Amino acid sequence: MSDALRQTPELVTLTVNGSVHQVQLDSRTTLLDALRDHLELSGTKKGCDQGACGACTVLLDGKRIVSCLVLAAQCEGREVTTVEGVTVDGRPHAVQEAFCRHDALQCGYCTPGQVMSAISLLAEGRAGSDDEIREFMSGNLCRCGAYPNIVAAIREVAGQEATSR
Amino acid sequence: MRGFEYVRATDVGSAVALVSGDPGASYLAGGTTQLDLMLKDAVVPQGLLVDIGRLPLRGIATDGDVLRVGALTTMEELAADPVVAERVPFVSEALLAGASTQLRNMATIGGNLLQRTRCRYFRDIAVTDCNKRTPGSGCAAVTGAARMHAILGASAHCIALHASDLCVPLRALDAEVRVEGAAGQRTIAFADLHVMPGERPDVETVLRHGEMISEVLVPLLPAGTRSGYLKVRDRVSYEFALTSAAAALSIEDGVITLARLALGGVGTVPWRATEAERVLVGAPATARTFLAAAEAAIQDPFTVPGTEFKVELAKRTIVRVLRTVSGEQS
Ligand SMILES: Cc1cc2nc3c(=O)[nH]c(=O)nc-3n(C[C@H](O)[C@H](O)[C@H](O)COP(=O)(O)OP(=O)(O)OC[C@H]3O[C@@H](n4cnc5c(N)ncnc54)[C@H](O)[C@@H]3O)c2cc1C
Ligand code: FES
Ligand code: FES
Repeated sequence: MSDALRQTPELVTLTVNGSVHQVQLDSRTTLLDALRDHLELSGTKKGCDQGACGACTVLLDGKRIVSCLVLAAQCEGREVTTVEGVTVDGRPHAVQEAFCRHDALQCGYCTPGQVMSAISLLAEGRAGSDDEIREFMSGNLCRCGAYPNIVAAIREVAGQEATSR
Repeated sequence: MRGFEYVRATDVGSAVALVSGDPGASYLAGGTTQLDLMLKDAVVPQGLLVDIGRLPLRGIATDGDVLRVGALTTMEELAADPVVAERVPFVSEALLAGASTQLRNMATIGGNLLQRTRCRYFRDIAVTDCNKRTPGSGCAAVTGAARMHAILGASAHCIALHASDLCVPLRALDAEVRVEGAAGQRTIAFADLHVMPGERPDVETVLRHGEMISEVLVPLLPAGTRSGYLKVRDRVSYEFALTSAAAALSIEDGVITLARLALGGVGTVPWRATEAERVLVGAPATARTFLAAAEAAIQDPFTVPGTEFKVELAKRTIVRVLRTVSGEQS
């Protein structure tokens, strides 16, 4: 093996919500499975496990991704943010509070992914209209059909951000 | 077989050497196709995965009238590029019409070009008849439930679609692909990159095993040329195309002086509508011309009951995109 290449890591160092963890992993382990099964961070949900539903959305270096289609090993040295990491001073994130106010969930299974995606959407500046919110939230499916309320929750936070600017 | 192994490449040369020297090895870029096929669907056998994600092949630069796009640039990054927005806006439109923001943050431009078909028979190893997976085994899609399948470049051997949106405007623009191989560098015309299935649907590109795409060269359109991408699908967002079209037109005094047209959702490879371009250039930018171009674009389709509708839908998609790009001067 050329020393220009790193051998399969069995011990992976992951930075999640600001804490550094060393985990012993099979190199096939996805970030999603590492979070849920090795770090006991079960807030991130597994829906399709094939990149299609968005339930597993987390932020990687501040950008939203689906954690089921990336190996934990690929995330070494990068910042992972999960739904457990978005509270502000122990209080829920503004997006989470808006989801509660607008009843933007029914069973709640898709919600952590929706919340992570919405936080990212707002940071991307893509919550300018309901159509824009729908388009750029389309990677997050909701089997309960809470879509209208999800859009309303995001619209409210976008409005608050606009007035506080 | 050696089984699954993961290594992170630190330079292009050793990554190329490693994959070239091992028939079971492959590159891992964004992973949105490769991990899906290897770990979830088990269509691609587990072998050595060489993670090229941190190689310095990321970024966009303008070189005269050509945009040089590093193969590891993400779909979101290219879609947001200001030069793309100004000079080849249909590239950005095609990118943003594909996948979801999450996937576009992961997926790379090189990987997008080499994404594998979404044919559900190809992706289901319980299905034995798939010439793409097992040459000579037949094609379950031809007699099965086809919808998201190709009608151009297709035959009874294979109707698997090349589902990339990005490849459609890149085909229209005559992009080029820079490749690093064990024997050195070469440049491949976009038209030559993807191979028509013929009797060997398992051969999808002209790349030799171990060749790595390092850069995609995108010629910019002349100032004043307008472009657009139209994608027709079963749901409004986050779905593959039933049909799509990328068009660029220059119009002077009502006459078309430059025309580029390529199609998605219909071809086994990204499809250039050369005959339609011939109809367009020199003709008045009118509804009649656009209809004639659409007729010329879809020649000798190979359809099965599930894909017959695409013949008419593709023509209407072409007419619509041409009308939009021409600014409805018809
Ligand atoms: C749910 C879902 C929806 C999608 N919807 C769309 C859509 O609407 N439109 C669309 O166009 N696409 C869509 N895609 C496909 C997506 O765009 C591709 O999966 C992605 O672009 C592949 O890029 P990647 O970097 O993830 O490639 P990878 O998965 O890392 O690699 C793909 C293939 O290319 C090879 N490879 C990668 N980079 C290189 C390189 N530089 N040189 C040589 N070989 C290389 C790999 O070995 C592998 O064989 C969708 C995907 C998913 C999962
Ligand atoms: S679990 Fe990852 S996208 Fe569905
Ligand atoms: S609230 Fe049940 S899936 Fe969305």
